[in-house]
Amino acid sequence: MDPESPVVELRGMGRTYGADPPVEALRGVDLVVDRGDALAIAGPSGSGKSTLLNIIGCLDRQTRGTYLMDGIDVASLDEDERAVLRGRRIGFIFQTFNLLAHRTALENVALAEVYLGLPREGRRERALAALDRVDIANRRDFLPAKLSGGQQQRVAIARALMGAPSLLLCDEPTGNLDSVNTQAALALFDHLVADGMTMLIITHDDEVAERMPRQTRIVDGQLTEHR
Amino acid sequence: MARRRRSGDRPDLSVRDLLTEAVAGLLARPARVALTVLGTVVGVAALVATLGLSKTASNQIVGRFDAVAATDIVISPARRRARTVSSVLPFRAEERLQRLNGVVAAGSLADVDVRGDLASSVPVNDPQGLSRVQLTVKAASPGLWRAVRAHLSTGRFPDAGNSARADRVAVLGRNAAARLNINRVDQQPAIFLGDRLYLVIGILDRVKRQPSLLGSIIMTEGTAVREYGLPAPGLAQIETQVGAIPLIARQAPVALSPSSWRELKVAAPPDPRELKGAIRNDLNALFVLLGGVSLLVGAIGIANVTLVSVLERVGEIGLRRALGAARRHIAAQFLLESTAMGALGGIAGASIGTIVVVAISATRTWTPVLDPRFPLAAPLLGAAIGLVSGTYPALRAARMEPVDALRSGT
Repeated sequence: MDPESPVVELRGMGRTYGADPPVEALRGVDLVVDRGDALAIAGPSGSGKSTLLNIIGCLDRQTRGTYLMDGIDVASLDEDERAVLRGRRIGFIFQTFNLLAHRTALENVALAEVYLGLPREGRRERALAALDRVDIANRRDFLPAKLSGGQQQRVAIARALMGAPSLLLCDEPTGNLDSVNTQAALALFDHLVADGMTMLIITHDDEVAERMPRQTRIVDGQLTEHR
Repeated sequence: MARRRRSGDRPDLSVRDLLTEAVAGLLARPARVALTVLGTVVGVAALVATLGLSKTASNQIVGRFDAVAATDIVISPARRRARTVSSVLPFRAEERLQRLNGVVAAGSLADVDVRGDLASSVPVNDPQGLSRVQLTVKAASPGLWRAVRAHLSTGRFPDAGNSARADRVAVLGRNAAARLNINRVDQQPAIFLGDRLYLVIGILDRVKRQPSLLGSIIMTEGTAVREYGLPAPGLAQIETQVGAIPLIARQAPVALSPSSWRELKVAAPPDPRELKGAIRNDLNALFVLLGGVSLLVGAIGIANVTLVSVLERVGEIGLRRALGAARRHIAAQFLLESTAMGALGGIAGASIGTIVVVAISATRTWTPVLDPRFPLAAPLLGAAIGLVSGTYPALRAARMEPVDALRSGT
C-alpha cells in the first residue's frame, strides 16, 4: 500500500441503473478522502447517498469513472478480492446496527475477524480492546436485545474498528438513536477522528453533518463540497 | 500497518471458525432445528430398525429350525398320478432308502382301506354299536418307528418278522387306545377290527412326525397286504443327518423308483440359509422402501427449512459479506448447517432405531442382531442427505448481492 495515496479517490464516477430508460443515480462524482479526513455527505433521500455509500463500500460497482481505494483500482478486482478489501479496509456502521441477535456483544465484535484469514489467537483480546475503546466492555456478554440502542451502536462501532480499517463508513449512524445517544455517538466519533481515524458519514441529518470537519452535499447524484 | 496484506489474496475461513458459525447458526433456532431434523430421524430410525429387526427375526427363524424339522423328508406319489400308478412307492422303500449315505432312518407308511370295518376292544355284539368305533388304520414298515421318532408308553413295536408272517398284531396310537379303553399291554389285550382279532403289542405315547399315528391303529405292512390287500405304501418317511436334506431330497426318489422317480413328490424343508436370505430380502425390500420414503421427506424438510432460514437471514448474509465473507464462505456455512442437521438426524435416528430393535427383541426374548455398519453409516447417510438438501439454499444464499442483502437488515 502506498501511504501517500488517499484512502478514497473518485474521478468522474457515475452509476447508472437499468437501460430502458437508464436512471443516472450518480453523475461525475469527484471526491478525495485523505488519511485522517472526517467527511459528512448529506442529502435528502433519493439523492444518491446510498448508491455512493455502496460504491465506496465496494458493495456495488460504478458504471463510469474510476475509484481508487488506498491506491487500488477497485474496478480491477473480482468479487472475492473486493470481499477481502471490504473485510480488511472498511469498517461499516449501519443505521440498524446489524448485530446478530443470538450472539453476545463480544462475539458480534469478534465476527469482524472471521473472514480476514487472521489467526484465532488473540481475537478475543482484540475484540475486548475494541469494546473497551468505545467504552462498552462491561456489556461484553450481553445479547443485543439486552442492550439499549446506544449500546448496540457502540458494539457495532467496536465491530467496525476491528482489524484497524482504513475507513469507517457510516450509513445514517444516528438514524435510530434518540438525541442523548446521538450526542454520545457523535462525541465518540469526535474522539475517533481525533485519534486519526478516517471517517465518512452519510446522513440526512444536518446537525450530524455539521459536526464533521468536512462537509459535502449530494443532490440529484451530484456532489458539492461545502468547505 | 503491518497487518494489512495485499488485497489480491483469498484468505480461507478456518475450519474452526466455519464450525463455530454453523453451530451458532443452528443453536440460534434449536426448536426449529429439532423439528426439521425429525423427518430424517424418522427415516433413519425406520431404516436401522427395519434392517436390525429383519436380521434379528430371520436369525430367530433360523434358530427355531430344530433338528426334527431340519432333517425331515417325506416322499409320496404325486397326487395326480396316485390312483393310476399305485405302485410307484415299493414295499422295499425302507431297505432302499437306508442304503443312502445321510439317511438316519427311513420307513414307509400307508393308510389301510378297511372297507368300513369298525374297531372294538370287547367281543360283545353291542346292538347299539356304542362300543365299536371307527378308527383310521395304518400300515407301517418296521423302520418307520425310528423315522418318526415314535415313543411307546408300553409294549413293543412290531418287527420285520411280524410283517413277514403277516401276524395280526397292532400298535395303538395314544388317542386310539383311549377310545378303545386300553392302557396296558401286559395282559395281552386284543381288539376286533371288523370280525378279526388283533393282538395289541404296544401303545404309542408320542411321535415327532406323522402325528396322525396317535389316533390310529397301526399294523404291519405284511398284515395289511394279506388282510386288506394294501397295494403300496402311501409315503416314505426319512430322517436325514443334519445338513443332508438337499442331497437326500435329490437321491431318494431315484433310489425308490429309478424308472418313475419324476412321479414322486418330495416334501423337504427349504435350506435354512436360503430361507434366511429370502425372509430378509422380503422384509428389507418393503421396509427399506418405507425408510427411503421417510428419508426423502426428511430431505425435503431440510431443504425447505434451510431455504426459509436463508431468506430470513438475508440481513445476516449481507452483514457477513460486508465483513469480508466471500460467496463461498456463505455457501459453506449454510451447507455445513444443513449437513450438521442431517448428521444430527442420522445420529438420533440410529439411536432410536437401535433402541427399537433392542426393545422389541427384549419383549419377544429374541437376541437382537444388528449389523454394526448400519448405526455407524446412519450419521453419514444423514449428513449426505443434509448436504444434498442444503445445496440449493446455500447457492441461493451465496448468490445474493451484498447491497440487496444489507438493505433488509438483520
